Amino acid sequence: MSLLDRLLETRRGRGLTLVTATAVWFGVYFLNEHLWDWVLYDGFGMDPEARLTGTIHFFFYDSIKIALLLVIIIFVVTYLRSYMSVERTRALLGGKREGVGNVMAAGLGVVTPFCSCSAVPAFIGFVSAGVPIGVTLSFLVASPMVNEIAIGMLLTLFGVKITAIYVGAGLIIAILAGWILGRMGVQKWVEPFVFETKLRCKPVDPSRALTFDDRVTMGIEEVGTVLRKIWPYLLVGIGLGALIHGWVPTEFFTTYAGAGSTFGVLIAIGIGIPLYSNAAGVMPLVQVLFEKGLPMGTLLAFMMAVVALSLPEMILLRRVLKPQLLAAYVAVVGTGIVIVGYLFNFLLA
Amino acid sequence: MNIKILGPGCANCKNLERATREAVAELGLDAAIEKVEDYATIASYGVMSTPALVVDEEVVLYGRVPKAAEIRDLLSPATA
Repeated sequence: MSLLDRLLETRRGRGLTLVTATAVWFGVYFLNEHLWDWVLYDGFGMDPEARLTGTIHFFFYDSIKIALLLVIIIFVVTYLRSYMSVERTRALLGGKREGVGNVMAAGLGVVTPFCSCSAVPAFIGFVSAGVPIGVTLSFLVASPMVNEIAIGMLLTLFGVKITAIYVGAGLIIAILAGWILGRMGVQKWVEPFVFETKLRCKPVDPSRALTFDDRVTMGIEEVGTVLRKIWPYLLVGIGLGALIHGWVPTEFFTTYAGAGSTFGVLIAIGIGIPLYSNAAGVMPLVQVLFEKGLPMGTLLAFMMAVVALSLPEMILLRRVLKPQLLAAYVAVVGTGIVIVGYLFNFLLA
Repeated sequence: MNIKILGPGCANCKNLERATREAVAELGLDAAIEKVEDYATIASYGVMSTPALVVDEEVVLYGRVPKAAEIRDLLSPATA
């Protein structure tokens, strides 16, 4: 048994580990910038003004900073979400009419722990419990679009105002998209087997009896799982960010994709959709592009396109949605993102 | 005893299957372990967050991969 395992055996050991981990976290977070200043400028004698130095410095500094932020954000988010479950959300949505249901579904989509790999069983589960299709779709749009990890990152990197705009815009798109699709009478575009699915036994108990320790353990495990899964995307995102930070002149973006640009938002969405990354992976990129003068509306549209419209998720949803509904889904959500982009470029300019 | 692992084949589903097989072997249970990957069947158990563990047609756990000890606890009452 390792030392860590033994420490985690007792309550006191766990407290001690948590305190030590917090102290180490703060130490590394505040020394991060000075460490790379020292290593690059003093250790290797590199010129602080040179582009190459800036790029390398940005890459190492940002990798550590983003990783540290993610550890905290994922832990807190997982802890809080352990009080919710898809099963509980379904119970809350059961019997709700469209309209109110869409609003609730979008809100619950944000706080419910949900992995896109469960999109299909969740869709069938909602529909077979009598939740209207449009309401179910509001949930499925909001869940990836308004991502808690993105909320945490935006809060720390951009502040409350931008975060509120992101959450508000995402919720409105999810509510309206689900409502519009529901109004279109899309029942006929859902694969028939969904409606034939009957619950064979009583629905599972949505209140998972978890102790405080269970929730903390889940948080720690989730940090490991998520970081293991996303680190390649993260490094690519930070790498691209570092290159842009060091080598692309600010005039380039303000000239070709500034707030007044006609096609800036469309181009950003066009690039964002096929990019299969995640909210955490695009954040370093968004941060650098913002520094380079790209308007926030365009960046929000880019982020939303990356997380809300991804090919793997569409392929999964194809199991339950016919191509017509899938196309309508992409069209409605896509239009919403385009409107958000132009609207906020206009409002924030 | 009949054990089913519900999951469309994601990494966590495989982890749960492995952990369950280990627990069954350790406890020396006589159990048939079956993997259920069909979405309609998974949903018919009322499960929406995979993976899930079904013992004798009853969902005992869903939405996460538990520690080996927890699986042993879940399976043990059935032996008594």
